[in-house]
Amino acid sequence: MTSLTGHPPRRGPRSILPWLAAPALVVFVGFAVIPLVGVFALSFATWDGIGDIHPSGLTSWRAVLTDPGLPHALGVTFMVMAVSWAVQTPLSILLGTFLAGSQRYRAVLGVVYFIPLMLSSAAIAIAYKALLDPNFGLGAGLKIRALSQDWLGRPGLAFGVVVFVVSWQFIPFHSLIYQGGVQQIPKSLYEAAELDGAGRIRQFFSITLPQLKYTIITSSTLMVVGSLTFFDLIYVLTEGGPGDATRVLALDMYKRGFQASLMGPASAIAVILVLVGLALALLLRRLGGRDAGASQLEGA
Amino acid sequence: MTTTLTEPRRPQKDTHRERPHRSRRADRRRNWPGGLAGWLWLVVVAVPLYWTLITSFKAQNRYYASNPLVPSDDPTLENYRLVVESDFLRYFVNSVVVTAGAVVPAVLFSFMAAYAIVRGRRMRVLRAMNGLFLMGLAIPLQATVIPVYLIIIKLQLYDSLLALILPSIAFAIPLSVLVLTNFIRDVPKELFDSMRVDGATEWTTLWRLAAPLTRPAILTVTIFNALTIWNGFLLPLILTQSPDQRTLPLALWTFQGQYGVNVPAVLAAVVLTTLPVLVLYAFGRRQLLSGLTAGFSR
Repeated sequence: MTSLTGHPPRRGPRSILPWLAAPALVVFVGFAVIPLVGVFALSFATWDGIGDIHPSGLTSWRAVLTDPGLPHALGVTFMVMAVSWAVQTPLSILLGTFLAGSQRYRAVLGVVYFIPLMLSSAAIAIAYKALLDPNFGLGAGLKIRALSQDWLGRPGLAFGVVVFVVSWQFIPFHSLIYQGGVQQIPKSLYEAAELDGAGRIRQFFSITLPQLKYTIITSSTLMVVGSLTFFDLIYVLTEGGPGDATRVLALDMYKRGFQASLMGPASAIAVILVLVGLALALLLRRLGGRDAGASQLEGA
Repeated sequence: MTTTLTEPRRPQKDTHRERPHRSRRADRRRNWPGGLAGWLWLVVVAVPLYWTLITSFKAQNRYYASNPLVPSDDPTLENYRLVVESDFLRYFVNSVVVTAGAVVPAVLFSFMAAYAIVRGRRMRVLRAMNGLFLMGLAIPLQATVIPVYLIIIKLQLYDSLLALILPSIAFAIPLSVLVLTNFIRDVPKELFDSMRVDGATEWTTLWRLAAPLTRPAILTVTIFNALTIWNGFLLPLILTQSPDQRTLPLALWTFQGQYGVNVPAVLAAVVLTTLPVLVLYAFGRRQLLSGLTAGFSR
């Protein structure tokens, strides 16, 4: 009668369960795990992308690690990550909390809010490129000098544009996550706080924010690991320029590998990306006190 | 600030407009900073979209002369004609094939795996598999594109739509398994047990019990993957070459390269590639957003 005790029944060796998981495993191993191992291997080889692959020891790593381009690309990557996190998180929490309320005009706002979520990075980047054109874009057309800068032609401005467009694209998604998080906070907490005379701001900082802890970890993990993969947006928007001002690691990898045909060094960059991603995910998991992935699973 | 926020409740005069339990809360929890940010953000989101749309209807000579925020008094479809004549339909069909070809197996496989992981959590093999999928969440899978490129070449699939489909399935699996595991775990154990007592096999239980009960999650995962794959740029960029294998985002990019000087035409292309998802959004907005909220914030 083990099956009625509420525990998962014990399974014999012939359970079909592993077979149910097999198709996912095969594709995932074939196109994610093997490539993951492969990228380590390729970082110790020389390959131009077409011809034969030759083992070359530490040559690629030496080339990458002594290249001043690497600390720069790492720096840009972390800057984009940090600044876009700092811009997106407070705004997403604010908007998420707002959307979780029940103001009537919220529905009207909601229709437009989430459109960026549907658009491809390529479409967004192309539209912004035209919009920010110093001669024919929005600022020039409206004859507003402050808006008709050479946005993508000056390093500091281009960096700001990248952060802005990233936020434009992803704040809707993260505010959606926070909206869900806020809606799960038990209302009794607010009722109790109100009886104790806590004001709105006090309630926000003493109840909403702490209760959102795991939501913040989840959202931040997605933001931070996701920011390592910003490729299409930056590639189409600035191609890493002007100069190398917006050349993040993922773009660096693409340019070395698929444009300069240096697959070895490109693989070394990819390995660095993987390590940075893992380190950040582990760090956030530490901060959260439990598994960052599981925080989405287990619910509040 | 505090005083504004803790202002006594306003008279509840509009309560009839809303369901009673919500309106009570609305009045108590009016959120002024949120509201302000909400309207500002609306402007930030809407202006670029509006500008893109109206500019796509402007004739090129008017684009340079007119106020960018005023719609053309003589709107033209010329830009759209140009885009459609540049093989738009083919790219659209390619995108549909890749998206459907990747999403259906991705969701199917992930659902079966999630079911197995929840039901067989005592089995070491399945726990290890779950760990493997979760690891995929922490790793930027884009970092693996160079070996993926190599594998696709070795399989002689380079420059085919199948080359885009296979890695897309793999990249979709970690998050799909996570969200689906999460939902299947909520199905009461008693239901599984009674299915078992009735003599149902795992296969039957999977389709007759778990699938119907987790339909909203399945739908969410389907929509999310479809969006991601539909909008994918990197894989088409590195795994295809010939124009007839292009998907929409890549076609958009090459179109921009060719017609970059004709900004209204480029923006018409942006609108056209975006239109299919926006139409879906218009119909399925509520389902989509509630699904995403539930899927990611649990």
